Amino acid sequence: MTLFESLRHNRRAAIGAMLFLGILLAVLPFTVGSMMGNSWLRILDFALLYIMLALGLNIVVGFAGLLDLGYIAFYAVGAYFYALLASPHFGLHLPVWLIIPGGAMLAGLFGIILGAPTLRLRGDYLAIVTLGFGEIVRIFMNNLNAPINITNGPQGISGIDPINMGGVTLAKPIEFVGITIPSLHAYYYLFLGLALLIVFVSIRLEDSRIGRAWVAIREDEIAAKACGINTRNIKLLAFAMGASFGGVAGGLFAGFQGFVSPESFSLMESVMVLCMVVLGGMGNIPGVILGGILLTLLPEAFRHGAGPVQMALFGKILLDPEALRMLAFGLALIVVMLYRPAGLWPSSTRRREFKGEGA
Amino acid sequence: MSALLLEAKGVAKHFGGVKALHDVSLSIRKGEIYGLIGPNGAGKTTFFNVLTGLYHPDGGEIVFAGEKLKASAPHEAAARGIARTFQNIRLFANMTARENVMVGRHVRTSAGVMGAVLCDRRTRAEEAAIHRRAEELLYYVGVADRADDLAKHLSYGDQRRLEIARALATDPQLLALDEPAAGMNSTETEGLRRLVEGIRADGITVLLIEHDVKLVMGLCDRVAVLDYGQKISEDVPSIVQKDPRVIEAYLGGAVA
Repeated sequence: MTLFESLRHNRRAAIGAMLFLGILLAVLPFTVGSMMGNSWLRILDFALLYIMLALGLNIVVGFAGLLDLGYIAFYAVGAYFYALLASPHFGLHLPVWLIIPGGAMLAGLFGIILGAPTLRLRGDYLAIVTLGFGEIVRIFMNNLNAPINITNGPQGISGIDPINMGGVTLAKPIEFVGITIPSLHAYYYLFLGLALLIVFVSIRLEDSRIGRAWVAIREDEIAAKACGINTRNIKLLAFAMGASFGGVAGGLFAGFQGFVSPESFSLMESVMVLCMVVLGGMGNIPGVILGGILLTLLPEAFRHGAGPVQMALFGKILLDPEALRMLAFGLALIVVMLYRPAGLWPSSTRRREFKGEGA
Repeated sequence: MSALLLEAKGVAKHFGGVKALHDVSLSIRKGEIYGLIGPNGAGKTTFFNVLTGLYHPDGGEIVFAGEKLKASAPHEAAARGIARTFQNIRLFANMTARENVMVGRHVRTSAGVMGAVLCDRRTRAEEAAIHRRAEELLYYVGVADRADDLAKHLSYGDQRRLEIARALATDPQLLALDEPAAGMNSTETEGLRRLVEGIRADGITVLLIEHDVKLVMGLCDRVAVLDYGQKISEDVPSIVQKDPRVIEAYLGGAVA
């Protein structure tokens, strides 16, 4: 990551790069919206949600080295928390500034509930338990409609309040100093803001006493204990922090979508988020962000592009775009893991070491 | 006679039917270099693991600096001032040498999530102090020039030294070294001897498991010998060396 290191030392270049990135991110929804239409704007919004999820899972898997296959459960907790407290289902309409932090905290609590019984487990054993946990949460959501109807079962909860900030709802276009900001754009800015906040928190944590303790546990738990790290607390903290990011993303998802149902929180979703982390570069924040973007955009590009391309080439659709999408996804995974086992964008120390070896 | 730093009273540890430690009592005085020797499988490392809280003892207790040591709580042992190295080096392989030592400061620092995120003045000062101390220790053990290299890419001798630096970073009163000279050539062993003597001169008590008899006899003030989980001798090296039970443990009993 020599580019980033040189930016760190050159303040002016760093400010310039930030400014450029800032402008790019600010105009992105307008460019995408006008050139590619609303469906791609929605995909962009989802990419931001997935970045939040990937960064949350990165704390657990990337930093602390705890393989979690049920991460989507925390996304579900955040989403259902929002859905139950801001929808006609219970007739509650709590404000968003209460629900999103509340959802983050509740998800964090669930993280601890998952973490506590799995403290002694590692690797494949931990993966199986977390997988079970993720499924338990989903199945609860699916079945908690009787005897008392809490989650409305497989039908899910609809009519969820859109995100409403200070009396301004994001569901309708917003007039702002003469500019009209359409709903999808407004959600984009909100998600971007929170995603940046999560990036910021991740970066600060990585380079801190806590972050080092996480990595130490990943590298050698016994040595970490001998160094005086209370591995139980530090692991629970990793689960809670990672889960709380998922909770935030879940709440935003519910408000954005207006509808939640258990099928949004399947095992496949957990696997997807894990792939973003692993493919992007486990433990490296820019890599994980890249993984989140690529794995949201590329499958969609396939979904949208595979049909027209086949029509143009063969005059008919030979392969179902949906099947083709999964095939390409699987192949991409295999290729990346074979040729870049540390991920597309691995952390700087590794890269520096590879260079040092050649010298 | 100087004050006792550590007193093990009747420590026992069984693995199934195997008595790895059987009623082991020994005492280490403040400021001494104390050797723990014995044939392979005598229970030396098991004793280390009980001492540092990795194993739960099946009997006995350890009093450290006047207070009973809590069983099986490794992070508390570190907090009380017991640091250790491992027989098979256990560094954080994918962290740099500097980061390895910085992790050692964990137990003496306190910044939490809020501190890390807000990066307030106190946290910044603490981080700066961690960096400074890590530099000092890397220099002290002689691996300062490899500070930015990943631990796994250091030479074997440097890894041993780095592990000692990491242990020293916890500000220990007792430094327990598990076969630090294993696999070292004579030059490296000599360097290690000087390092350990320097550590003692700084006021840190050293507990040493070692197979290199020459090193142990030259370096240690007192030596305890374990055999089949039992202490068979404890005294100054010159006397232990002549103890018939020790000779028997190492060379086998007289042929009848």
